[in-house]
Amino acid sequence: MDEMLAKKLRILADAAKYDASCSSSGAPKRSAAKGELGSTTGAGICHAYTPDGRCISLLKILLTNYCLFDCAYCVNRRSSNVQRAKFSVEEVVTLTMEFYKRNYIEGLFLSSGIIKSPDHTMELLTRVAKSLRRDHGFRGYIHLKSIPEASPWLIEEAGLYADRLSINVELPTEASLERLAPEKDGAVIQHAIAQIGERITQAKAEKRRFSPAGQSTQVIVGADATTDEALIRKSALLYGSYNLKRVYYSAFSPIPDGSSILPLKSPPLQREHRLYQGDWLLRYYAFTPDDVADATEDGMLSLDIDPKLAWALKHRARFPVDVNRADREMLLRVPGLGARAVDKIIRARRHTRLRLDDVARLTSALKRARPFLIAADYHPAGGLTDRLDLRARLADPPQQLSLF
Amino acid sequence: MGAPTPAPPASAGAGARSGALEAIYLTPGADIDGFRGAARRLAGRGVPPERVLWSIGEAPGLFGTERPAPADDAPLNLPRGVAAIVARVVLHRDPERYALLYDLIWRVLRGERRLLEVSSDPLVHRLERMAKAIARDLHKMHAFLRFRRVEGSDPERFVAWFEPDHHILGAAAPFFVGRFRSLHWTILTPEASASWDGDTLTFGPPGRREDAPAQDGFEAGWRDYYESTFNPARTNLAAMRAEMPKKYWRNMPETAAIPGLVRQAAARTGAMIEREPQMPVKRNPARAVAAMADQAPDSLEALNAIIRRSEPLVPGATQAVLGEGPVGASIAFVGEQPGDQEDRQGRPFVGPAGQLLSRAMEEAGLVRADAYLTNAVKHFKFEERGKRRIHQKPTAGEVSHYRWWLDRELDFVAPRLVVALGATAVLALTGKQIPITRARGPADFEKPYAGFITVHPSYLLRLPDEAKAQAYADFVADLRRVHELGHSLAA
Repeated sequence: MDEMLAKKLRILADAAKYDASCSSSGAPKRSAAKGELGSTTGAGICHAYTPDGRCISLLKILLTNYCLFDCAYCVNRRSSNVQRAKFSVEEVVTLTMEFYKRNYIEGLFLSSGIIKSPDHTMELLTRVAKSLRRDHGFRGYIHLKSIPEASPWLIEEAGLYADRLSINVELPTEASLERLAPEKDGAVIQHAIAQIGERITQAKAEKRRFSPAGQSTQVIVGADATTDEALIRKSALLYGSYNLKRVYYSAFSPIPDGSSILPLKSPPLQREHRLYQGDWLLRYYAFTPDDVADATEDGMLSLDIDPKLAWALKHRARFPVDVNRADREMLLRVPGLGARAVDKIIRARRHTRLRLDDVARLTSALKRARPFLIAADYHPAGGLTDRLDLRARLADPPQQLSLF
Repeated sequence: MGAPTPAPPASAGAGARSGALEAIYLTPGADIDGFRGAARRLAGRGVPPERVLWSIGEAPGLFGTERPAPADDAPLNLPRGVAAIVARVVLHRDPERYALLYDLIWRVLRGERRLLEVSSDPLVHRLERMAKAIARDLHKMHAFLRFRRVEGSDPERFVAWFEPDHHILGAAAPFFVGRFRSLHWTILTPEASASWDGDTLTFGPPGRREDAPAQDGFEAGWRDYYESTFNPARTNLAAMRAEMPKKYWRNMPETAAIPGLVRQAAARTGAMIEREPQMPVKRNPARAVAAMADQAPDSLEALNAIIRRSEPLVPGATQAVLGEGPVGASIAFVGEQPGDQEDRQGRPFVGPAGQLLSRAMEEAGLVRADAYLTNAVKHFKFEERGKRRIHQKPTAGEVSHYRWWLDRELDFVAPRLVVALGATAVLALTGKQIPITRARGPADFEKPYAGFITVHPSYLLRLPDEAKAQAYADFVADLRRVHELGHSLAA
């Protein structure tokens, strides 16, 4: 690989790394026909992990980090002094193909700073995807970060080649957007997300290809004063009304050459972790946004206990739950029981009465679950759920997933 | 088949009824065929698990332990889930795997048909964990294997060296075929190798690390990428190691970067935080930022240039058919999509339906040249039947795909009245499916112009002859109302 290309790669990978979404999931399973290269697996594959514990699944780069926008939280804003570079369409295609052939990646996640105009930029992004598909028989995963300010027909075209389109909400409120991202407009973003959502649904019904792995978005956490409750409600709206596949939460991270209107310190990574847990409760545990809100204090999720446990501690009267009798919905509310463990419990109890040892084999978090459940040979003695020190006994030791 | 028949074979010295152990020898690796044959034979004769000794390797001595042909024994009637877990667990390197699996089969055949549903059972629990370990090993092989290109190979040939934990090469290979079908490649492992020549998958003898190329031209670039995508402010080594255990590192070129990245992480983050916000060095590109807002096409010609360049959503059309008529026309007609003639000539409403529309307009006192005529969908969609191209109605998705252009087009033309010809035009203009028969007449499209709904002229062409005259008269009557509406709006 020549040194010029390597240099651009270093700059434009560094510039893209603040986008949390990395997954290669959701695409319908497909594999290469004769003369083609690439496949998708459904769940996606992480090909490596960096020392931040994050997965490398896609080649995540920007086409360019030159940008006319001036979003305070972004390392690539026009007023930042970072080094700039720009790939040609062909260079991105080459990197994707060559990395893919060596089994380094599942595909490409391409985003870009806004150069010349949103339309011009969007056209370039689509050209990369189109060239990979048309000229190179590439069947791997392509995620395009769409530019909401681009003309709607360009988004129509991008959806024909990409597996996933995403548009970042970035900041959850209109006021924050106005303060931190002056060129962005909440209504325009919402409109583009709605357009993509509508077209994905229509294409599914018509068995046609349009962003088959759905749509995702990212919200930055901690750059403004938005509470966890407000973030979760926003996500519930995006899942419910816009049919999004994933909302990514990205704890605002210090960036080289930071802007003076941002908080100096990043929020604890644990906050991001708790938000993901709250998000999972919405998507897989039949929690309503109100339930998750109920697990917060002043709108914020506790850092030392997970949101499901927080909810259970507030609703102690509904526990303990009998694992041999309770319905699925209530079992899902037991701290320490995951959705998979619950399904196994329901299957197994058709054939046997579950004892505590049996439950221990079905979940890896019996310690947390134990005070909240009843088994054939076990009842939490002396109303363990009433103990005042229960929270302290179950909380994580007070250390945070943070550098300092 | 299901009911075990505990009949001691005459030949075997150690019958099922006596207490002697029965020794089974299977070949090293994942010997699914050997296990299946043995399980059929043993279960068929009612030999309980505690009297079977499973060993791997050659049987000691040649007498008495010959393997009978598997065809001799009836297949066992097992639930599908059991066969699936057997296929997984035989890949495990644990020498106990065959004994555990035979235990499972025995219990399933002896009345516990749905044993696999009881994940809390210690045996099921253990087998599930073993199956999970196999799934993980396969997943990690799919993920962490790295190909190197054989230098100068043409067609390109790639070789990888990988050390799986279990006997999974055979199970892992189809994934690589489905993914790297157009390449030639070989995967070497200490146990066996697999090769794909673009056409056939073959398995061969064990490989050695030295048999793979020592380097690859893209590895340095890959390592650059790995380093650059790491965010030092989020260092979390435990999370990395949990997903990418150290045992894999030696065959992954990028992991050489890890110690350096970790060493510098704290210092890099500290420097970012301590540095005072800087004033931008470069000038604010004020003019470029202002110009950015002007990206939208600023005239009908500019918009038409974009439409002309576009590809048909459904392949086949010769060209995009643009609208026709003066900008500023007071009345615009929106049809469905170009037909065969329109596609050939590149002009709207020139086929049979268009000619009918012209005639009706004339009878209603409308001048075609003064009106703006266009279609909701800009490309012809058809099905080929012999030499004929039969028009196909656009789907709702196709109408949505094209509707942005129609909206902008009408913005530029700025008519006072827009006539929707047929249901597709109504859908394009309103986003709603509305039956024409009910909505015929003046309509509110919630747009800056007034609306009117009538049938598409092609509908008249499809009617039986006896109904045609009346329908045509109704259509002309509609157009007369359009004519009057156009006048009253102008006033």
